[in-house]
Amino acid sequence: MRYTFLTYSRPEDFANVPPEELGQLKGLFGAYIGSLKEAGILVGVDWLQPVSNATTVSDGGDRIQDGPFAETKETLGGYMTIEVPDLDTAIAWAKKCPMAKYGAVEIRPTAMDA
Amino acid sequence: MAPQERMAEVMRSSYGRLLAILASRTGDILIAEDALSDAFAKALIHWPDDMPKNPEAWLLTVARNRLIDGQRRDARIDFRDELPEPQEPEAHSTEIPDDRLKLMFVCAHPAIDPRMHTPLMLQTVLGLDAEEIARAFLLPHTTMAKRLVRAKRKIRDTAVAFQVPEVEDLPSRLSAVLEAVYGAFSQDWMGEGPLAEEALFLATLMVDLMPDDAEVLGLAALIAFSLSREQARITDGQFVPLEEQDPTRWNAALIQKAVSYLTRAQAIGQLGRFQLEAAIQSVHADRLHTGITNWAALVQLHLGLSHIAPTIGATVSYAAALGKGGKPKDGLKALLEIDEKVRAGFAPAQATQAYLLSQLGHVQEAATAYKRAIALTPEPALLRHLESKRKRLVLKP
Repeated sequence: MRYTFLTYSRPEDFANVPPEELGQLKGLFGAYIGSLKEAGILVGVDWLQPVSNATTVSDGGDRIQDGPFAETKETLGGYMTIEVPDLDTAIAWAKKCPMAKYGAVEIRPTAMDA
Repeated sequence: MAPQERMAEVMRSSYGRLLAILASRTGDILIAEDALSDAFAKALIHWPDDMPKNPEAWLLTVARNRLIDGQRRDARIDFRDELPEPQEPEAHSTEIPDDRLKLMFVCAHPAIDPRMHTPLMLQTVLGLDAEEIARAFLLPHTTMAKRLVRAKRKIRDTAVAFQVPEVEDLPSRLSAVLEAVYGAFSQDWMGEGPLAEEALFLATLMVDLMPDDAEVLGLAALIAFSLSREQARITDGQFVPLEEQDPTRWNAALIQKAVSYLTRAQAIGQLGRFQLEAAIQSVHADRLHTGITNWAALVQLHLGLSHIAPTIGATVSYAAALGKGGKPKDGLKALLEIDEKVRAGFAPAQATQAYLLSQLGHVQEAATAYKRAIALTPEPALLRHLESKRKRLVLKP
């Protein structure tokens, strides 16, 4: 089954992280994505700019506005999609995601297969 | 035995076993339940005239055929593993696999709302219907039924794995399973309702499935000890505390069973919360033979429990044991370490405070604490017990 990991964080999640550790984060992500590729389960991945750079289109396209769809404390930072047999395998991979340490990883199974 | 009786017996002993096989192979508890209830319905028609030699194999074959027919019509049914096909449905010796451990781990899966772990187990492993479960959990039938369906849909739609967890996850996953079994027991700790026997069945089943785990054995011992006192717990509608119960009214066979579980747990040499709770129970049970309660041992065990599982309840029990062991001053000191607000809202804390104060001769303060405990207690039998304690207090010069 295909599962998408949505990574969320709050600005305060990073408030107490030392700068040198923040600098390593990119490398940690690179290694994590590498391990997903190596396992042959990676379907797609992206890492997003901050919500301050979001533009939202709604009302059938009539409304275009600066900012995210919903102003929330937790913001979506990126996603990765993997193909694994079951939720337990997905959870095991999500636990290894660096964002599980700095924020949260939401696991959502695909609705396209049904 | 009449077919109806035989069927009720098979239903009870085989339901969970058959459902576990069907659910683990399809990943879908809902469809497995449908197939199994269809098989039981067919059994009602056929068995009175022609009772199969191996009813379990018969039911599995019928349910299996129904699932395979269903798959032809509906591609959404997806067999993860092949369903076992009993070679000779009429034979006695057919080996039917036991997948119930996998089912237990699914019911207590971290992706499932913890409040639903116990209800899911009661329904899938024991075959209780939503109405019975709702009654035990004091919830409207429709609410419980909806929550059960929602949990089963999540298990199906997110593809929760029917498997025994890997070694690194096993301790936390097993502890969730044991918590859920304990949940059935604590829902009905007075043993008056329908769940106490079911909790013992689940705990005993876990012993069969994981015979070498100390906490599994500890939990089974704890529940068996508690159930052994069912007949002695209430006299004339009034709750009787453990140390005041008549030991001759305890169930000696259940105590023996509990002791054998506890002995096996202790031999493993791995201390845990349930084993300690069972050890506390065993000290009380010893009174059946010795005629006395060893409070010094109980104080030590309660102290250990409050370290290994630091809950308000554990601290209250430790304080009570100190009081009964002749150290009410120490007991009160331990009790008062609990946050005042928390104590004020917890009936056992108030009742224990009242007891300790009365031991120390502070009758007026004790009476106030009993009043607070009474105001926090809904169970009639317990209420009467606290009322009588309070009255006896006032009668003292």
